[in-house]
Amino acid sequence: MPATSVELDTAPKLQGYAHPERLVTTEWLAAHLDDPRIVIAESDEDVLLYDTGHIPGAVKLDWHADLNDPLVRDYVDGKRFAEVMASRGISRDTTVVLYGDNNNWWSAYAFWVLSLFGHPDVRLVDGGRAKWAAEGRDLVKDRVERPRADYPVVERNDTVLRAFRDDVLRHIEKSGKLIDVRSPGEFEGTLLHMPEYPQEGALRGGHIPTAVSKPWKNAANDDATFKTADELRAIYVNELGLAVSDNVIAYCRIGERSSHTWFVLTHLLGFENVRNYDGSWVEWGNAVRVPIERPGAN
Amino acid sequence: MSDLPALPGRLAEVVEEFASTPREMRLELLLEYSEKVPPLPESLAGDRTQLERVVECQTPFFVAVDVDSDDTVHIHFDAPPEAPTVRGFAGILVEGLDGVSVKELLETPLDISSRLGLGELVSPMRLSGMSGIMRRMKRLATEAASKN
Repeated sequence: MPATSVELDTAPKLQGYAHPERLVTTEWLAAHLDDPRIVIAESDEDVLLYDTGHIPGAVKLDWHADLNDPLVRDYVDGKRFAEVMASRGISRDTTVVLYGDNNNWWSAYAFWVLSLFGHPDVRLVDGGRAKWAAEGRDLVKDRVERPRADYPVVERNDTVLRAFRDDVLRHIEKSGKLIDVRSPGEFEGTLLHMPEYPQEGALRGGHIPTAVSKPWKNAANDDATFKTADELRAIYVNELGLAVSDNVIAYCRIGERSSHTWFVLTHLLGFENVRNYDGSWVEWGNAVRVPIERPGAN
Repeated sequence: MSDLPALPGRLAEVVEEFASTPREMRLELLLEYSEKVPPLPESLAGDRTQLERVVECQTPFFVAVDVDSDDTVHIHFDAPPEAPTVRGFAGILVEGLDGVSVKELLETPLDISSRLGLGELVSPMRLSGMSGIMRRMKRLATEAASKN
């Protein structure tokens, strides 16, 4: 349970999830805009979207500029993360409420990165920016300056929520479960990149052997909210055959879409051992001598 | 800059404007350009089949190019307001290239995005959408010119 005292959202839909404390509704957020214990942070795919209007009081958290190391393909280190958080007015006991565009895709990614640093209380707005806007709620252009906070330097823990290439290789040998959340064409290897992102390509097409395919967006409704717990169980448990106790690794192309699925499995369905392989296909499909499965080619 | 291919006049000015803007102000400048994309002319708004989708961009983004009898290029873009980054690219291209000749357009290098100094601010994958737009504009201009 979150360490802070900010009351939880008791909306009935959320109570069906394994960890309802990890979500809030837009109604709850609208009633908590001025709560000083909360920092609302917008994390979008489109880096300019925040600046066109954001939820009142929300700060911007940019996955590219704030959370990725500028040099090495990795996340920021503890020192840099502390600086990012402190500059947004976030301290270790702040409740961070994340929302974003595109079905919360990037805000789920930010959620996962905050989780690597073990930030105690992070919550995601069900439906994200799209639902907030569709309900006609305020989006404002004000420049948000929150008073600087103190955030301790906490080193990232990559052992629990994150998988690296060698972990995946061992995982396959041990018959661990893998879920590929890319589009069907990418999974089948007919596409070497996501339909609309030609530069995030790979030399080889296909998927990691034994992976099952379930594009990430299956977890979202058209209004960008998450499907209900029962609907999600029907997909991930009944259809894919995953069990809550399974050791699961999710991957996509660079690890962002699979953060969304990581969130769904971990916080909505209560899986206890899900890791995100952020190297994903951009690493695997370019790596030498790793096994690949492609329909019709094996 | 001196060893890079030259850009048509107004586009060179826009690129220079970005290059001379402090890093922290560049996104704001891109946002300003996103607001400079004129609405589609009625002829296109009423018949969207004349627009071509740029699949390199992740959001629905459409382009049309027409060429006057005097060889002047006119560029039209349509992108949703929730995609301000790609609208910003469109604004730069309209400002910089609307009104150039077909020859000038074809000679414009594809790597404009890398000259804007946005690399550290906008992820490189997103910037690649801009060269996708450029490639299409060149082809559409060539096609339109051949019909004149």
